[in-house]
Amino acid sequence: MTLKFAWYPGCVSRGACTELYQSMVKVTSALGFELDELKEAACTGAGVLHERDHDLADSLNARTLAMAEKRSLPVLTNCSTCQGVMSGVNYRFQHEEGSLERANSLLRESGEGYQYQGATRVTNLLWALAEDLGLDELRSKVTRPLTGLRVAPFYGCYILRPKAHLEMDEHPERAELLQPVIEALGATFVDFRGQSKCCGFPILTMNRRNSLSMAGNHIADAMANGANVMVTPCPLCHLNLDAQQPDAEGVRGGGLGLPILHLPQLIGLALGFSPKDLGMERHVVPALDVLTHVRTAAAVSA
Amino acid sequence: MQVTLQVKRTDADTKESSWQSYTTELPPAGTVLDGLLQVREEQDGTLAMRCSCRSAICGSCNMRINGHARLACITKASDVSPNGAPIKVEPAGNLPIIKDLVVDFAPFWSKVRQVQPFLQPEGPPPEREYIVDHDAMVHLNPVMACIMCGCCVSDCTALEVDPTFIGPAALAKAYRFVADPRDGKQKARLEMLTQPSGIWDCTHCFECVQQCPKGVAPMDRIMATREIAHQKGVWSGTGARHADEFARTVGHSGRLNELTLLPFSVGVFNVKAQLQLIPGALRLVARRKLPSVIHRSIPGVQGVRRLFHAGKNKKEKVTATR
Repeated sequence: MTLKFAWYPGCVSRGACTELYQSMVKVTSALGFELDELKEAACTGAGVLHERDHDLADSLNARTLAMAEKRSLPVLTNCSTCQGVMSGVNYRFQHEEGSLERANSLLRESGEGYQYQGATRVTNLLWALAEDLGLDELRSKVTRPLTGLRVAPFYGCYILRPKAHLEMDEHPERAELLQPVIEALGATFVDFRGQSKCCGFPILTMNRRNSLSMAGNHIADAMANGANVMVTPCPLCHLNLDAQQPDAEGVRGGGLGLPILHLPQLIGLALGFSPKDLGMERHVVPALDVLTHVRTAAAVSA
Repeated sequence: MQVTLQVKRTDADTKESSWQSYTTELPPAGTVLDGLLQVREEQDGTLAMRCSCRSAICGSCNMRINGHARLACITKASDVSPNGAPIKVEPAGNLPIIKDLVVDFAPFWSKVRQVQPFLQPEGPPPEREYIVDHDAMVHLNPVMACIMCGCCVSDCTALEVDPTFIGPAALAKAYRFVADPRDGKQKARLEMLTQPSGIWDCTHCFECVQQCPKGVAPMDRIMATREIAHQKGVWSGTGARHADEFARTVGHSGRLNELTLLPFSVGVFNVKAQLQLIPGALRLVARRKLPSVIHRSIPGVQGVRRLFHAGKNKKEKVTATR
């Protein structure tokens, strides 16, 4: 199967989480992906633009999807939110009469020449590992099995709900895909109730206390279940769980301190990259020493 | 088929909880509710639950099945018990437990009452009936399909940390009147709904959209209420400034400017809130995570700017004709 994608890196991987961009480039290249970056694509609106002007937000995404359509490539995202917004837009175009035409009509007015036919598949690194690369192939590329590292997953709402937008009827395994990926890398999957819930990021500015309580509860829950690290395919979750973790700890009165990894960083560690190769010095909760939890093959056999 | 139900039971007086396991025989199409009723009739008469119509109309049998809010009467046991795994049954979330699977709906109803769930037309009543645009009613039909079962409230992630949040069921009900052309209190309703604990406290997690058995999609209604609030100028506070600054930077540069989003959202003259942001900003600086002061536009940003311009013109036209 070809692993060529129109890559949509999203705003956050080029802003506050450049370590995501850096690790995404290294890891996809090592896995044999070929990425054609959509440099002229705009922000998806992250759901915020939709609540202010629905049609404009739809057409802004139609513009991106049309770019990939022109290249005859599926879109690859590295962000649950970007994935969810684009999947939602695609779903509406397929199921809501007149919505695609409204989006194309605005695109015509902008005079850029983009028109979307509705044929672009949108996927993300997590799904692509299982559906395009294959977990056996991923396993075969692991040079440093993360044996002994206890990893708690955190999905991000947009990659899980609503199921209809994300084709979960055809792909029910998508709802729990982080577990087999964590296990394919040799690490131990840590189950906990909060993994599919909200990190709180969308209301960080509107209701800081609620937002930080959500983040803090999930981190504490994962730690209580023995996690050494948490991994997320969503950089917005990363911002609330990592960058805001000291404040979330303040709200709870202490007891946190869990490194939060971006999905390609966790994969990168298993592919033999060093934490610095993957930009892990740029985390607020220190993450450079996560490999100390990994037991070497010699230690395992002993 | 043989079904094992692991039921979370709570004592009515002490409120202590424990798990109890029951095994029962069900026909292939048997539901979780069938199983629970059978258990109550044949094995344990003390098991407390609510149910009535058994047809997803009354909304009584909302409970958590394998961790998610479901109406037990339309949840087939075979669907939630692949390979005969035990089915976990718990009371609905975010409401006080009375006993076993019965929760206290008093907070639910008080929030529904808070949004004044009835039409309040203004001016003298028409001689005959109110004439309403067909499309407006078709649009409201799915919202009116709400059966007040509380599945959305049970799994709401904002309510989980803040019981004062009005919540998805009452906010969907509020939208049903905000968007009804016969109602005369739209502005007053929007002013109430944009207060703390209202529409801006929804965290956009889609749980209510996913769990609603009737397709009401409460979160989509909350977002639609925000859109109407924007159109009608009931537009102030952090949420509104956040949406404005988001749209401004994307419309100008094609991508989000994370550096300005937070300070502009909390309000540039809000000294206390600005001071609160400083420790977080310093942490980002220390880790080289603070986005560059020079915010670069995407290549071909002119097309995005023209698209925003076209969108704005179209919206103004639509708003003017309403």
